[in-house]
Amino acid sequence: MNLLLLILTPLLTAVAVLLMRNATQVRWVSFIGAAVQLVLAFALFFAFRNERMAGNTAEMLFQIQYNWFPAWHISFHLGVDGISIAMILLTAFVVIAGVLVSWNVEKMTKEFYFLLILLSLGAYGFFISLDLFILFFFLEIAVIPKYLLIGIWGSGKKEYSANKLALMLMGGSALVLVGLLGIYFNAPEKTFDLLTLSKSYIPAEVQQICFPLLFVGFGVFTALFPFHTWVPDGHSSAPTAGSMFLAGISMKLGGYGCLRVATYILHDAAKDYSTIIIVLSVIAILYGAFATMMQKDLKYINAYSSVSHCGFVLLGIGMMTKTSMTGAVMQMVSHGLMTALFFAVIGMIYERTHTRQVNEMGGLLKRMPFIGTVLFIVGLCSLGLPGLSGFVAEMTVFMGSWERPDTFSRVATILSCLSLVVTAVYILRAITKTAMGPLKEQFATLTDARWNEKLAAIILVVGIIAIGTAPFWLNDLINPATEIIKQHLMIPTPID
Amino acid sequence: MLTIMKSELLVTAIIFLLLFVKLGKGMKNESMLLLIQVLLLLNFIAGFFFNTEGILFDGMYQSTSMIVLQKNILNLGVYLISLLFSSWFKRSEHMPEFFMLMLSALLGMFFLISSGNLLMFFLALELSTIPVAAMANFDLDKKRSSEAAMKMILTSAFSSGILLFGISLIYGATGTISFSELPQHLDGTPLQVLAFVFLFAAFAFKLSIVPFHLWTADVYEGAPMATTSFLSVISKGAVAFIFISTLYKVFQPMQGTWYNMVMILSIATMIIGNLFALRQQNIKRFLAFSSIAQVGFILVGISSGAKEGLSSVVYFILIYIFSNLAAFGVATAIESQTGKENIDDCKGLYQTNPFLSWVLALALFSLAGIPPTAGFFGKLFLLTAGASTGSYFFITIAALNMIISLYYYLRVIRAVFMDKNEQPVEKIKIDLSAKLGLTICAAGIVLVGLLSWIYDYIQ
Repeated sequence: MNLLLLILTPLLTAVAVLLMRNATQVRWVSFIGAAVQLVLAFALFFAFRNERMAGNTAEMLFQIQYNWFPAWHISFHLGVDGISIAMILLTAFVVIAGVLVSWNVEKMTKEFYFLLILLSLGAYGFFISLDLFILFFFLEIAVIPKYLLIGIWGSGKKEYSANKLALMLMGGSALVLVGLLGIYFNAPEKTFDLLTLSKSYIPAEVQQICFPLLFVGFGVFTALFPFHTWVPDGHSSAPTAGSMFLAGISMKLGGYGCLRVATYILHDAAKDYSTIIIVLSVIAILYGAFATMMQKDLKYINAYSSVSHCGFVLLGIGMMTKTSMTGAVMQMVSHGLMTALFFAVIGMIYERTHTRQVNEMGGLLKRMPFIGTVLFIVGLCSLGLPGLSGFVAEMTVFMGSWERPDTFSRVATILSCLSLVVTAVYILRAITKTAMGPLKEQFATLTDARWNEKLAAIILVVGIIAIGTAPFWLNDLINPATEIIKQHLMIPTPID
Repeated sequence: MLTIMKSELLVTAIIFLLLFVKLGKGMKNESMLLLIQVLLLLNFIAGFFFNTEGILFDGMYQSTSMIVLQKNILNLGVYLISLLFSSWFKRSEHMPEFFMLMLSALLGMFFLISSGNLLMFFLALELSTIPVAAMANFDLDKKRSSEAAMKMILTSAFSSGILLFGISLIYGATGTISFSELPQHLDGTPLQVLAFVFLFAAFAFKLSIVPFHLWTADVYEGAPMATTSFLSVISKGAVAFIFISTLYKVFQPMQGTWYNMVMILSIATMIIGNLFALRQQNIKRFLAFSSIAQVGFILVGISSGAKEGLSSVVYFILIYIFSNLAAFGVATAIESQTGKENIDDCKGLYQTNPFLSWVLALALFSLAGIPPTAGFFGKLFLLTAGASTGSYFFITIAALNMIISLYYYLRVIRAVFMDKNEQPVEKIKIDLSAKLGLTICAAGIVLVGLLSWIYDYIQ
């Protein structure tokens, strides 16, 4: 299967959106484009499985490579392994749901959908690139659409949030850039190629400098403590689809980068910094959970809980066992689907009640059975109920972390387990106050979800339940890839 | 000989043609402008053919394929200026004179890039500066325009004095003024370093490197927009080309000395340019400080000292011409119809002028270095070239400066796309040639980055 399709489909969709005449055409073109992306993602998934079943054990499949700026040893090199495919599936799910949820956007519809599709283009490109330069290129492509989405269609203090998000993310990518240049000039041969770099020896002192640059740089995207401050502001100000894309896709760019670029290439330094990563991620998990307790606004609740949940991703990467890294990737997928759904539901509620304050709502389940039910599903997924994706992913991270026998890791694991209790408290409180209890008078005439909202929610719920009930599909997909990363980490550090 | 000096001869021919047309007095401004645009386009196209390398006048004048390419990049910029500012040109009473002055300055720049010894270099630099001062004075009824011209003349006279002093010291220290012989005589004695510092200061004046940048904002603000864009794009480009070849070829033996100077001044230029740009309201002053910051980035590329440095700088300047001219083109379209030139006046521009807004957004994103615009590739290659010396502290500062610059470019974007305005600028009529110019710029901003063969061609 040709991976260029994954880039060309959003590109063509974006161009087609610009050519459309009215809002209805724009919506349908975007929807068709997103549906094609979903089909492509599944086709890729099955093609990948077939190749693996047929015994193809190459590290990256479906590789294509074109020369691009040969003077700088840059090539347009694409390829996928299990981790990339998991992320691509996630992206496709979130994109189609986001397109459906935004059906009612009336203000500058064409520009809105154009930016959404552009963002998805950046994400697809990022997940399939095997050349660090184009990886960086796609990473930055995904930043500006977010800025405009929040700044133009957002609510509340949107200018402040948009600026904060754009500057912090660009700051992160500036660190990534310096780290990449450090690798480029100090590797035995000058190249940006991921596969070549992962096999070559990069001097230990260079790794010591470049690893923190890369990890923190990517970490900013995935709410690494203390660089998480853009998350609550950005998410709460963004329009519904914007929040979905931010939490569902964009934060995953960072996690993927931490794992695929920082940990994979600079494996010696990764082991040295493991302790710091674990400490920071445990702080993020606990801090995020406790901060959520204090929130009254549904979007802030989900945003702070995202900080906590993304902490598990970094914890899984920091623990550096095979199971914990698999768990980290599963947590990325699970959290992506879950928060996207959560934000979608919050958007639907807000559109009807015009409030996001938990205290002002009540009894919504009576008037809106569908939306209320989905709210319960996503809440239970967030607090880790077995049978839904959150449980599987967090459980895998914990099991992986427990494989490390030292006291420090044990303590860290136990501490982060404690956050589950806090999560249960705030989630249950939020959803019961919103959906249960007596129905307030002013909400007596509310209507339930429309077809587009139902479809979006169903697509994401199917994803969550599928992972929750049949995790082995995802597990089998990711495991060989994390195995390779683990083997890299096992290579003993050469002594100069 | 004819083909070696082809670029200069063509420009001279156009100047004379304009002189005759002007004396004939038979032509209207519109048709004359069309004639000039066609001539400049032909001039640009001719730049791709009959290129020969060679040395003339006993080494005073040299031409290589790289030099021809650099000249042609400047030709392209001048052609774009003739398109973008058409509405201003049509209103101007002295349009042919403006072009004669501009082309004379361009001629000076060609000789500057081709110069093979310090005497030629000095003459060419004067020829490329003095007409620009006259161009700055072209809004004849505005006081600020004269003020700008006065400041320009005074500062450039001062920098010429310093340059001459430096040249005489170099001659005294080495006994030669030829670029090809100088490297053998340079060994870094204190006298030579002193002479080099004077020379460097003259370059710094022309490129408005901090702390020699003080004239820039005032001149940019006072001069007519066409002159401002010529100053910030073409004349910066030309001086950067000769600066880099002087450093790399002539002062190659003193690389250790100039590397430190370039690095320190680059950091100062980026930081000060960026910090001052943060607070500007007037869009010309804003672009003035942003162009100072861009020069800081060019210095990052120059600091590399290898052939990657040269090619990345030439590539960046090509992109910079497209991006900056697009920004000036939009600003002039707004200014010529409404007389407004503040950033706040652009609020809500997108509601009434989507085309102008998108071009402005592309231009500013390119200046800020955001993909997929070409500016991303330009900046990245400058930083990569700069990183080849292994000074990561320097590169980190440059990368962080990209974020500061993003902040103020986003400020304009925010005004255009997000801020609400009860009375946005009315729908602006753009004439055909300005539209063509903006479209070429936008296409350049998108394509120069994505099509990698353009970079290979430069190399």
